[in-house]
Amino acid sequence: MLRISQLCKIFTSGNGMEQTALDCVDLHVGPGDFVTIIGSNGAGKSTLLNAVAGVYGVEQGRIWIEGQDVTLWPEHRRAALIGRVFQDPMIGTAASMTIEENLAMALKRGCRPGLRFGVNQQNREHFQELLSLLDLGLENRLKEPVGLLSGGQRQALTLLMATVSSPKILLLDEHTAALDPKTAEQIGELTRKIVASRRLTALMVTHNLQDALEFGNRTLMMDRGNVILDVRNPRRAKMTVDDLLEQFASLRGKRLLDDRALLA
Amino acid sequence: MLWSALVGTIEQGLVYGIMALGVYLTFRVLDFPDLTVDGSFPLGAAVAAKIIADGGNPFWGVCLAIVAGCAAGLITGVLNAKLKISGLLSGILTMTALYSVNLRIMGRANIPLLRKPTVINWFGQYGLTPWMFFIVVLILTKLLLDTFLKTEVGFALRATGDNEQMPRSCGVSTDSMKLLGLSLSNALVALSGALVAQYQGFADVGMGIGTVVAGLASVIVGQALVRVNGLGWATLGAIVGSIVYRLAIFGALRLGLEPTDLRLITAVLVVIALSGPSLQSIWEKYLRGKDHAADIPTL
Ligand SMILES: Nc1ncnc2c1ncn2[C@@H]1O[C@H](COP(=O)(O)OP(=O)(O)OP(=O)(O)O)[C@@H](O)[C@H]1O
Ligand SMILES: [Mg+2]
Repeated sequence: MLRISQLCKIFTSGNGMEQTALDCVDLHVGPGDFVTIIGSNGAGKSTLLNAVAGVYGVEQGRIWIEGQDVTLWPEHRRAALIGRVFQDPMIGTAASMTIEENLAMALKRGCRPGLRFGVNQQNREHFQELLSLLDLGLENRLKEPVGLLSGGQRQALTLLMATVSSPKILLLDEHTAALDPKTAEQIGELTRKIVASRRLTALMVTHNLQDALEFGNRTLMMDRGNVILDVRNPRRAKMTVDDLLEQFASLRGKRLLDDRALLA
Repeated sequence: MLWSALVGTIEQGLVYGIMALGVYLTFRVLDFPDLTVDGSFPLGAAVAAKIIADGGNPFWGVCLAIVAGCAAGLITGVLNAKLKISGLLSGILTMTALYSVNLRIMGRANIPLLRKPTVINWFGQYGLTPWMFFIVVLILTKLLLDTFLKTEVGFALRATGDNEQMPRSCGVSTDSMKLLGLSLSNALVALSGALVAQYQGFADVGMGIGTVVAGLASVIVGQALVRVNGLGWATLGAIVGSIVYRLAIFGALRLGLEPTDLRLITAVLVVIALSGPSLQSIWEKYLRGKDHAADIPTL
């Protein structure tokens, strides 16, 4: 479904300093895989997701989605194949537009916008059905601007928007990190539900090691631009958070006093 | 006397209202501070006046003016979206270049259109007074714009002005949307310029100075007066704002202000309107600062 080969991303700062954010990453994600990604700050997790989404070009390597080489596609073209939810709940939706307008744009993902009306009655019924799955009462607020929703509600809406047109790949970058614990848990449950019911292929970055093991069927650990650990079920099913930490310490080659703090 | 002066003022408000709709499209919908307007407004006037003065069909002149405005907006869009020049500077560059272009088109600094056939005269034959004609054009433009903003492309345009990441992750090229929005907006501005030239009976290279600020003042005044949310209301606000703005100028002149002072007053008005929120927060910060000692940090 997603294949990445020898992917390198180097950022050059204003004073010419080079920072290797991705160091020749190889990755193959099969259809229906739900991969969680962990790693310390600056490990390159977001960079990996951004490179797949096409936010920026890469120095080296290729990216295939469903067999198509998308390495040179601009971000908006790749969006036809990719759904995304960001850490910041404000980014995934347009605040001044109504819930139905936001959803309508998500539904047309990948089609060239035309001069037809953006929403029609048929859409509305569909949207109401979809929103009622969220169980947040949003199905009765179709015509309200998204700016009036809470962060958690917006994130739920973003998740719905990212998945409504059944993308080939769903990219989740710490999408519950900015929410309070209870809301984060709700969004997590929702993620699980949607990914399962639509059989999506997903990559989810998280700093919560427990979540990393509980979500999905495969876990990657990244460090300094490399994937240093890649475990799948059933081996993963038997792992605990402490196992992960131990792995991290030994793979990194040195004992760190507090790996838990570093990873989390 | 006063009555006919008032009618004239309202006519001005209407015909400049088309320009205000263009400014609304960039400044409010696309969130793009487009200064091209100061150049595309006289561009529209220059193109129409040149064609009419040369004995051409005034309708043809208006059409070409619209196309020219489109092209001007497109250039600003390319400078910004493709060449990555800042939005403000892109507009200033196009506007500056257009000054020379407009002089080239006109061949001199001023083209009089007295006793020439204009679209306004043409409709006049059928008993349509200028204000009736302007109202028809304005309402048609407003309805078209409102409808456009409800289409898929309209959604994409609005989303681009709201939060660029969202349309991009929905598969919309935000660059194309900026090009589209800028060309539509400047087409409206040039249309307004073409009609103003025919209404006042001349085109002048200097007639564009202050257009953006006047348009912005109209949009802001309209927003303050028409406080209903929703697309149709916002465009209505721009129109109402344009009329009120012209009436305010009319009033200021009658109070004895010099016409040359008007730009200063308009600029100050816009500054006050735009800085309202920040002035308020500065004031609140000041108040909070005063009893800071009593503050106990809380979670
Ligand atoms: N736009 C950018 N410009 C310059 N450097 C960047 C940019 N984005 C990321 N980097 C650098 O690339 C490296 C990897 O960053 P990345 O954001 O991928 O880390 P991450 O694993 O997502 O970390 P976190 O857990 O903090 O989100 C870091 O050293 C960062 O400083
Ligand atoms: Mg990150």
